[in-house]
Amino acid sequence: MSALIEAENLTRVLHETVPVTLVMDVSLTIGENEFIAVTGPSGSGKSSLLYLLGLLDRPTSGTLRVGGRDAEPMGEGERAGMRLSMLGFVFQFHFLLPEFSARENVEIPMRKLGRLSRPKMRARAAEILESLGLEGHIDKRPDQLSGGQRQRVAVARALANDPPLILADEPTGSLDTKSSEQVFRILEAVVRERGKTVVAVTHDLDLAARMDRRIHLVDGKIEADESLASAEKH
Amino acid sequence: MQLILEIAFTHIAGRGRQTLVAIIGVAVGVGFSIAMAALMEGGQDDFVEQLVNTMPHVEVTDEERSARRQPAEAIFAVTEISGLRPREDRRGIINPTAALAWLGGWVPGRFAPSLNAQGVVRFSGREVGAAIVGIDPQSERGVSPIVGEFVAGDFAALTAGGNNIVIGDTMAERLGAELGDTVTAVSSQGLTRNFRIVGLFHTGTTARDEGEAYVLLKNAQILAERPNAVNKIRIKLDDPNQAPAVARRVEAELGYKAEAWQEANEALLEALVVRNVIMYTVVAAIMLVAGFGIFNIISTITHEKARDIAIMKSLGFAEGDMRRLFLLEGVVIGLGGSAFGWALGFGLVYALSLVRFELAATGQEMTRLPIAWSLLHYLIASGFALASAAVAGYLPARRAARQNPVDIIRGAT
Ligand SMILES: Nc1ncnc2c1ncn2[C@@H]1O[C@H](COP(=O)(O)OP(=O)(O)O)[C@@H](O)[C@H]1O
Ligand SMILES: [Mg+2]
Repeated sequence: MSALIEAENLTRVLHETVPVTLVMDVSLTIGENEFIAVTGPSGSGKSSLLYLLGLLDRPTSGTLRVGGRDAEPMGEGERAGMRLSMLGFVFQFHFLLPEFSARENVEIPMRKLGRLSRPKMRARAAEILESLGLEGHIDKRPDQLSGGQRQRVAVARALANDPPLILADEPTGSLDTKSSEQVFRILEAVVRERGKTVVAVTHDLDLAARMDRRIHLVDGKIEADESLASAEKH
Repeated sequence: MQLILEIAFTHIAGRGRQTLVAIIGVAVGVGFSIAMAALMEGGQDDFVEQLVNTMPHVEVTDEERSARRQPAEAIFAVTEISGLRPREDRRGIINPTAALAWLGGWVPGRFAPSLNAQGVVRFSGREVGAAIVGIDPQSERGVSPIVGEFVAGDFAALTAGGNNIVIGDTMAERLGAELGDTVTAVSSQGLTRNFRIVGLFHTGTTARDEGEAYVLLKNAQILAERPNAVNKIRIKLDDPNQAPAVARRVEAELGYKAEAWQEANEALLEALVVRNVIMYTVVAAIMLVAGFGIFNIISTITHEKARDIAIMKSLGFAEGDMRRLFLLEGVVIGLGGSAFGWALGFGLVYALSLVRFELAATGQEMTRLPIAWSLLHYLIASGFALASAAVAGYLPARRAARQNPVDIIRGAT
């Protein structure tokens, strides 16, 4: 099983009036079909780490390989291309484009990638949305959907180009318990049924306990990186 | 890219009123630029047309551009010439018959020879200085600015032969002479001859109406004591724009100075160029102002959509895509404004073309504003508009594209 992400001594320092260390000396390897929780107190650098792994931000030092390719020499356009085909993001807030329907939002990354014909994109967008329990809401705009529904559209959008890795930053953070459970199950299904790797930041230790691997951050450093015994996993 | 275009449209549509204001700004700029260009060029065309109609397109005179080379200079490498005295009289064009025959072989237009002599026209004790122009009535018809401008008598009366003269109405007034009166022409050589006035013309050009008298070539030659001499050939071309080329060829072959109307009116034509420069400066200024409207709306959109930009970047759009997106929004507004501007410009020009007024004070009538209809005005105006829109869109687009998505996503979370 090849590694999706290999990070070595990743450090991210913000050069403000006082240098702020967001991520400190993080080394980790993420393989295919993993279900990983990133936990830690607020301000411990969970989001910052995710932005680094997702090629949205550049580390101050350390090396990062995504899909076997060194991220360091990549230009802005190349990193964008990697985000488009290799990665899917889900944020705490849905971050859908407000003028477009659920289906159009899911289609946008596909259209940017341009690998499928338009009818196939439409069909695929509908299919993903339906598989996430959104049948009947496909042509609604974000403001016509509930919070949980929007977040599911965001997951659908992250899946649009069939990337091997989904990065989620507190995807259930702003949802009520019921919607939260629903979204969690969807992410779980993404791993179990679609064979993706999901890395999800969460505050909810119960949810983290249901995932396969937990990376615990404190002050930007990995304090614990524990996997469940494989017996427990299945 | 169609996707970018779709997103651009949703952004613009989301700010309907502001977009409308920006589009109206561009439209007004384009419309008034078109109207101004039509008026300016109309006036210019009118002016040039009058110039072209009243002047010969090429005037060949018996002067030479540079001093004649002395025969000794042609033979010896170094010469010193002293005690050189210019010849007294003007030579006239040597062998005019051959020159005219040569011109007849290729000149695309009409031409006429003449002998211009300085003199005085006298009538009942009054005198007016005049250029006495000896002409051949037959060929003169093709080039003359006076043939169609007679207020009394007519040009054909000259053809009949005899001692006839036609003068301008102003000269007649100053002399107190009328059609049918006999005036005396006195040449600078001191010779006098009587002529009967058979026609009065009014061209509107004061110098001509007051200072030119036309007689038969033969009579002028007698007055000037220069039998068979011709000192000017005037050429009217079918296409006035060919004048410089024709002038060059004539000058190269005949050796006499041949002046195209463009050369003769260089200062005036230069003034027209300056006018155009001023006009396009004003057009650019108008478009700059229209550009502010576009800059304003695109800036607003990029601020308002900062989050969407961050999202799109996280989805895999590159900075270049974001730049294109907002640049496109500026250009779309520019295009929309141009389209309405064309309609407005057309309407304005049409309205101007209907304006009629009279310049009663000078007795001259100007029935309508001179207006030039030209697609080029529309293209130039919208060219300026689009350029300004592109710049106005590009500046905020570049800033928005550069913004780090992490800052925005972090701020929102
Ligand atoms: N632009 C910034 N300037 C200063 N400090 C920042 C900035 N962005 C983030 N931080 C700080 O960096 C730390 C890590 O932030 P973050 O990665 O968002 O943590 P988490 O997601 O675990 O809550 C926090 O202490 C946060 O306050
Ligand atoms: Mg966070």
